Amino acid sequence: MTQGTQAPGATRAHQRFVWSRLIEPYLYLTPALVLIALVMLIPLVVGVSYSFQSIMLLKPGEAEWVALDNYLALWSDKKFWISLENTLVWTFGSLFFQFTLGLGLALLLNTRFPMKRLFQAIVFLPWAVPTFLTALTWAWLFNPVIGPLPHWLAAIGILPEPFNILGDPDLAIWGPIAANIWFGVPFFAITLLAALQSIPSELYEAAEIDGATAWQTFTKITLPFLAPMIAITVMLRTIWIANFADLIFIMTGGGPANSTQILSTYIFTTAFKKLDFGYASTLAVALLFLLFVYAVVLLALRRRFVRL
Amino acid sequence: MARLDLLGIEKRFGSIEVLRDVNLSIADGEFIVLVGPSGCGKSTLLRMIAGLEDISAGDFLIDGERMNEVAPRHRDIAMVFQSYALYPHMDVARNMGFSMEIRGAEASVRSSRVAAAARTLGLDRLTQRLPRALSGGQRQRVAMGRAIVREPRAFLFDEPLSNLDAALRVEMRLEIARLHRRLNATMVYVTHDQVEALTLADRIVVLNGGIVQQIGTPLELYQTPANRFVAQFIGSPTMNILGVSRTERGVRLANGTEIALPGIDGPVAELGIRPEHLDITDPSGAALTGTADVVEHLGSDTNVYVLVDGLGPLMVRQHGHIGLRAGDRLGLTIQPGQTHAFATDGRALRT
Amino acid sequence: MAVAARRNPLLTLGKYAAILFYLGFALFPLYWLLKIAITPDKLIFTEGTAFWPSTTTLGNFTKVIWQTDFLRFFWNSLIVSLVSAAITTVIAAASGYAFSRFRFRGQKLVIALMLLTQMFPLLMIIAPIYKIVATLGLLNSLSSLILVYTAFNIPFATFLMQSFFDGIPKDLEDAAMMDGCTRFQALRKVILPLTLPGLGATLGFIFTAAWSEVLFALMLIRSEDSMTFPVGMLTFVSKFSVDWGQMMAAGVLALIPSCLFFIFIQRYLVQGLTSGAVKG
Repeated sequence: MTQGTQAPGATRAHQRFVWSRLIEPYLYLTPALVLIALVMLIPLVVGVSYSFQSIMLLKPGEAEWVALDNYLALWSDKKFWISLENTLVWTFGSLFFQFTLGLGLALLLNTRFPMKRLFQAIVFLPWAVPTFLTALTWAWLFNPVIGPLPHWLAAIGILPEPFNILGDPDLAIWGPIAANIWFGVPFFAITLLAALQSIPSELYEAAEIDGATAWQTFTKITLPFLAPMIAITVMLRTIWIANFADLIFIMTGGGPANSTQILSTYIFTTAFKKLDFGYASTLAVALLFLLFVYAVVLLALRRRFVRL
Repeated sequence: MARLDLLGIEKRFGSIEVLRDVNLSIADGEFIVLVGPSGCGKSTLLRMIAGLEDISAGDFLIDGERMNEVAPRHRDIAMVFQSYALYPHMDVARNMGFSMEIRGAEASVRSSRVAAAARTLGLDRLTQRLPRALSGGQRQRVAMGRAIVREPRAFLFDEPLSNLDAALRVEMRLEIARLHRRLNATMVYVTHDQVEALTLADRIVVLNGGIVQQIGTPLELYQTPANRFVAQFIGSPTMNILGVSRTERGVRLANGTEIALPGIDGPVAELGIRPEHLDITDPSGAALTGTADVVEHLGSDTNVYVLVDGLGPLMVRQHGHIGLRAGDRLGLTIQPGQTHAFATDGRALRT
Repeated sequence: MAVAARRNPLLTLGKYAAILFYLGFALFPLYWLLKIAITPDKLIFTEGTAFWPSTTTLGNFTKVIWQTDFLRFFWNSLIVSLVSAAITTVIAAASGYAFSRFRFRGQKLVIALMLLTQMFPLLMIIAPIYKIVATLGLLNSLSSLILVYTAFNIPFATFLMQSFFDGIPKDLEDAAMMDGCTRFQALRKVILPLTLPGLGATLGFIFTAAWSEVLFALMLIRSEDSMTFPVGMLTFVSKFSVDWGQMMAAGVLALIPSCLFFIFIQRYLVQGLTSGAVKG
């Protein structure tokens, strides 16, 4: 492939190489991009358009554009506001415990103790358990006839007597939250452990020589290093949890009395049970909007407070 | 073996100019060293020769053929990387023979060439080992073996010795010199170490900030540096530079001493004197007097850091052992004809 | 931090207490699941809260395997999960490689797009996807699930593969290209063998995700022939008067593939994320 007779020129070199800089990477990227566009982005646009229509699957051919009717209905829909509130409780309740327990586990795994490999494999298992199974099992655990939890909770005084909290509108949400905590701790543990392990050990050694206590080391070295990873994982996880409908759907179906209905389960039941695609999409757009605002706020906060 | 020509080579990353107007012709079988401080563009230049970076402007020719747009694998050039870049999952033999494997060479031809190269480099007992089971020096040799097996038109070395300890570096330097003599190959070698440059090169290219400062033989660079940068880069310890003021027949030092510079015209702003061109004498009657600040006894040489009255610190090197101590008073004389005059822009002024 | 523990016995005690706590916390629900699976029908409610049934039986397992559609559901899930994982890994390896090695125009835009897909609720597109799949006549087919799962997992898998590629020095491709490889050959012969742990980890991760997906499977597949595991089990619950012992036995069997996979690959996940993190 040797050439030698062309006139010298920067333009030719520019052409050839920039061209290969442009097509080569996209050759590798195309399959991914095509799939994502087809299966996610186009339906996304379609979904947004549905929110402006009235589409009932049981009455096909009667889809009509109703502009903002769906959104107006949303505004006055009590269930919507209840689910919004539940979503907040669900998200932040799960997040707080998942994070703190996950951080504790990551710190633990960053030390040395016998059979750590085995311990690590076991402790990460909940992430691998299919969510529907997690939901079913925890539903069992909370059922006083066939599970021990209500009895334990009564024994230590949290419940006045053993009963199934999944049937109590005030307490029901804590059932799925408990299951979600069990499920989500490994995620935080894995990502935080990876971040912990990338902290150079010389820093700890220097701190030790300088006479820092364990607490000081933790707050002045470990936490600042972890902060970027914490910010990212918390942000991602919040969004995933807010969207996570499986556990609630299977454990309580949104009840009793909508006390555990979060936005995602509401969307799902509207689409799946009532087959009202238009309104379901409206709800989904609302959820997307809220998450977007959340992400923007978090990014702004992060830029201000996290320095590394 | 091949002749390489670089004509008006330039390199830009976006809007940042990294190399400017590089012109260099490398003769068949010549050993060229590209030397300069970090960030001067020497590695980039090497990679452009290899084809791993594209050339923003100018022409690069091998044996008269333009190579700017030719992919690395068609240039028939071998490269030894700073990190050796050995394939971790292949043993030494496969690493060295990989290029032939890619081209579909016959296994017998491949193994005989690999065996020959291994013998040359003293690796014949290590051919079944994986890179991670080798020491730094051994890995270095495998990297060279990989290049040798290819029997390329030219060899490129990208700071191959910088990851080795001092003793090993000297040993490998000799190996490379012997290799050059045996193969009579065109070699382009990048380093930031001027000792490697001076000992290995037929000619040296000194780079700074993307601009070629001087091209010449080691002796030329030592005896007639083209500018202040080259003068201070080549030679250890570094050349002393003194600010001077121009007089009719030469210059005047800060302490009033006048030095004649016959035949030199132009605005001399600085005078350079190599430490080895200053001699220590009795302080009485000497033009320059001072106090020894730090004395380094190397056995073969003695380095004295002198605080010269009215001038400031000067570094002096004397052959053999001198029984001086810190605090001793001494005098200095300058060996005649061993000064270098520099203009305000750093350019050397000569007769 | 291990040093501090050595000097303070109270800290060590706390550490081991924590270890026991996490172990118990992780294992307890699984143990309970197992316990019910081996409890004979008549004892399930009467001995509901006992820690171990008075008699154990494997009858639930045999009933589930031989007397229900369990095997078919299992098989469907296996196909969907394995194929999705395989296809996604290949595609993600390519795109992860592109992100790791190239600096190209539009890079920021592509990254933003991928991030976007991670952020919106997937349920948002459940309605359009249903309609599209229905229009294509692919309802109740496993391929629709494979397509959907593959697309959903590509962004995260790309991120994983990129981390793994970042951990391999770029010099190796340069050396291979000097030795005569095209970039693609270099990728195949030199880089990929070194990322086998990464490929395995990505495969396992996606397999686990696909294996447990419930909602889209529920939406897109209504015929019993093509049901995947989760859907099959849930219709168990609603259709028949539930035989809990069998359900839990099925559950235990469902656990096995994903847990096995995950146990093997979780170490590589941490490794890969670490090296990616270090490179920044």
